[in-house]
Amino acid sequence: MSLTLRRPTSTAPRTAGARRGKVERQWPLALALLAPAMVVVFGVVLYPMGRTLVLSLVDATSALQTEFTFSGLSNYTALLSNSEFWATVWRTAVFTVFSTAVELVVGLLLAQFLNQRIRGQWFFRSLVVLAWALPTIVSANMWRWILHPEYGALNGLLMHLGLLDSYKDWIGGPTQALFVVALVDAWKTTPLVAILLLASMQTIGDDVYEAAAMDGAGAVRRFLSITIPMLKPAIAVVLVLRTIEAFKVFDIIYIMTRGGPDSGTTTIAFYTYLQAFSNQEFSLGSAAAYLTVLFIFVLSLVYLRMLRTDSGGTA
Amino acid sequence: MHSISRRRLLSLPLVLGAAAVLPGCAVSGPSRGSGGSSGPVTLNALFMKQASYSEDDIRGMLAAFRKAHPDITVQPTFVAYEALHDKIVISAPAGTYDVVLIDCIWPAELASKNMLLDVTDRYQRTWLDDILPGTLGAITYKDRRYGMPWIPGGKIFFYNTRMLKDAGVDETAMSTWDGVLDAARTLKAKKIVEHPMVWSWAHAEAMVCDYAQLLGAFGGRFLDDAGKAAFHQGGGLQALEWMKRTLDEGLSAPSSTKLLEDDVKKVVVQGDAAIALNWDYMYSESNDPKQSKIVGELKPAVSPKGPGGQGPAVDGSMGLSVTATSKHPDAAWQLVAFLCGKENQLQYVERSLPVWDSAYEDPKLTSGAQAPLVAADKAQYGSLIERPQVVQYNAVSQEIQAGLQSCLVGGTPAAQALADAAAKVNRVIGG
Amino acid sequence: MRPSRFYRPAMYLCGALLAVVVLGPFALLLLASVSPQAGLLGKPPDLWPDSPTLDRYAAIFTQAAGGVAGDFRVALVNSLVVAGCSVAVSLVTGVLGAYAFARLRFPGRRLVLFVFMLTYMMPPLALVVPMYMTGAALGLLDTRTSLVVVYCSFTTPFVLWLLSGYFRALPAELEEAARIDGCGRVGALVRVVLPVARPGLISAGLLAFLMAWDEFFYSLIFTSSPASKTVPVALAEFTGRYSLDFGLMAAGGLLAAVPPVLIALIFQKHITRGLAAGAVK
Repeated sequence: MSLTLRRPTSTAPRTAGARRGKVERQWPLALALLAPAMVVVFGVVLYPMGRTLVLSLVDATSALQTEFTFSGLSNYTALLSNSEFWATVWRTAVFTVFSTAVELVVGLLLAQFLNQRIRGQWFFRSLVVLAWALPTIVSANMWRWILHPEYGALNGLLMHLGLLDSYKDWIGGPTQALFVVALVDAWKTTPLVAILLLASMQTIGDDVYEAAAMDGAGAVRRFLSITIPMLKPAIAVVLVLRTIEAFKVFDIIYIMTRGGPDSGTTTIAFYTYLQAFSNQEFSLGSAAAYLTVLFIFVLSLVYLRMLRTDSGGTA
Repeated sequence: MHSISRRRLLSLPLVLGAAAVLPGCAVSGPSRGSGGSSGPVTLNALFMKQASYSEDDIRGMLAAFRKAHPDITVQPTFVAYEALHDKIVISAPAGTYDVVLIDCIWPAELASKNMLLDVTDRYQRTWLDDILPGTLGAITYKDRRYGMPWIPGGKIFFYNTRMLKDAGVDETAMSTWDGVLDAARTLKAKKIVEHPMVWSWAHAEAMVCDYAQLLGAFGGRFLDDAGKAAFHQGGGLQALEWMKRTLDEGLSAPSSTKLLEDDVKKVVVQGDAAIALNWDYMYSESNDPKQSKIVGELKPAVSPKGPGGQGPAVDGSMGLSVTATSKHPDAAWQLVAFLCGKENQLQYVERSLPVWDSAYEDPKLTSGAQAPLVAADKAQYGSLIERPQVVQYNAVSQEIQAGLQSCLVGGTPAAQALADAAAKVNRVIGG
Repeated sequence: MRPSRFYRPAMYLCGALLAVVVLGPFALLLLASVSPQAGLLGKPPDLWPDSPTLDRYAAIFTQAAGGVAGDFRVALVNSLVVAGCSVAVSLVTGVLGAYAFARLRFPGRRLVLFVFMLTYMMPPLALVVPMYMTGAALGLLDTRTSLVVVYCSFTTPFVLWLLSGYFRALPAELEEAARIDGCGRVGALVRVVLPVARPGLISAGLLAFLMAWDEFFYSLIFTSSPASKTVPVALAEFTGRYSLDFGLMAAGGLLAAVPPVLIALIFQKHITRGLAAGAVK
């Protein structure tokens, strides 16, 4: 997709023409090859997407409603003029930026570590896969239990070790809770980020590093001035991918906090859930969903623009 | 699930025997449906996992129903409580289910949106004389009945008798919330337990239940006669102030604002709190030595009274309804009437108390391990408080939850938190 | 480059830190799964049980279907079937589509790509109601088929994205040689490109498998009987309205992690190699 990025290299400056020479105009064949994927994806999703768009423009407040009144953009304006909705957008943005930042920074360091040629590396790489393979539902329940203020394992462990003399509430207030939930998301997802970045790191030739080392660049310097720039396209992919996922965060919150405490973790997806399912405000929920897509889209564009990479001519 | 099924130990032989006993029982409902459409019918019924009647119980009941109605097959579905409402709503247009289990906070919403069948005229005249009036809220909207109550009950007030005795507090103090407050102070001062009370005040429906019970005791109302929010003044405000005070004084566990009913149970059975509100299942679990450190110490009691002398318990009844989209409403109604019928309920009294007043004379309820709980339950039925019976209840509840939490967690003054919530509730109800 | 003498100790320190962060919670999960319920609730909890119990595992493996634990076993099979089928479908369709995006130019290419991306951004919450109604009309509700159909709608764009980058990175000369030898486009794809692209296919399949294995919300709404419930839904049902035996959740959670971990470990080498050439080059 448009996230497909090419890595610019000094030896072979990219030219669009060189690549395009290899591709041909063959739309009948293209259509034939794309048809199965389009059937599988669009066949399932386009009708619901269209219906949701229609719902967002009418006044649906019951699952059984059959007659609708067109209400224009009033659902959108109702949301956009509602301070509670903006609060959920703000929380979602904080969650997204914080969790992706943690995942990116830790993921980079982790990838760098996993890229070292040390004995037992297979063990460390397996560890990373382990955290990633635990289903979100389990991971969320596990952290709810570990951090529980009354019978949490973390409290118990710290008390056993004598580091704590009374139980602490690790979820804390609304702000802390949001960051805790973001960290739980990061625990589960950083491995994916690390693996994506590691893959890209492995394409950087040793010769580049050796040349830099001969010029007297230290390890940190090499990481900052070679690894990071070379990884820019991969970082863009990760950022866009994680932003899409983080903006839709639902499962972790559904299990861990249900939007509390003090509304601190009511993100846009959870808000949409409450509107559409608990309250049967289908039109409002649909409008919120399309606004979510809009926010994701804008954020993705900002990332891609910031990292200024060639996005395969498709973004 | 061993930690869930209440009164399990007592009921096992009974469950097995039920299928054999039941064929003789007649359905207490009108067994000849009006349509008279003969031929085999398959009904889909939506139940909940892991509370009151177990899956095995329900399968036993359905087997008995099958014997009495050979041409009606019932396909049960069991989902978590959290998924129940969403399933009912989403499946409504498709008409997936014929019979659904509903919570007492949903009839206004579901009935007003034409999702449930009005069965008022299908009730037998004598039923209303015997069904516990407090449980009818679970299926009533604007004086019409949309099903039958199936699982009765309000939140029970529990206290640890051993701890009270150790602190030298007389149990009569437990009859008023003032007395409870003083008792908690004594328990704390004498270091019997660090936080004498624990509550389910998490950002969830569970908190509204506790709040409703206190609001009722302090003489408050959720809505006034005109249907406008009224909980931000009088008893409603005093209730929240009372809640906040117990947190500030350290009488309530500070973690209460993160806890659900199950968390409260765990704290209580570990002996880390002396006083709590919870659903009646906590009683049998407190006497289960596998998980409890307070076997024999917990006492179920009538909810304490507020300054005005009222002490209602929040209604937590559930009912069975026929969906409006059911293609076999007559057969579905027969199933509802059978399951909620007195004869069927008497077979399973160890799991869930019956909704029939006369059933409480049954010796299985008046004596035996559950007797104290049954007594408390029975005494409470006459005094239950409903959460607001409005179409937009879920949205209203979300605003109340947000308001309560902003006071208890965020530190907003109670009056302001509730005034804000009341304004939002009025907006939700108004349009 | 001669590493300094601090290099190795520093690296193993990092490794130890990683092990603690990942294995710590796993160890707690494992202990919880064998601790008696009472021990778990203590203050502080009894994290090293004197009499560990394997009851919960036994319940999962031996309890008859119908109980929560027994149903979980059925759910494991359902999840394997659903995730496996989703992977198969999305790989086949994804390979063909990715090849078209990588090698062919055609009008509307950007539009099609854009719509694929848009579908991926759509929150599932917004799609589930109309999907449910369609499923009901087709009689597909509460079937594993319905889950496969829905899961493919989000695993396929993902596979497509991953593989189109991968194919583009493969030298075009390979195919050209094959086509001179008389293979058509499709022939070249099957005989030349796919064998070379195996690592990419494996990593794409693995990612798709994990997405399907992890999915919760659609499954929660679409399934209702044990015959079609998947692992995340079965696990969520361990939390009853009023009750949660965390130990059972822990045991189920650990078992739920086994299939993806096994698969990921078997294909571990290919994951990094496949992605290296694919997504990010």
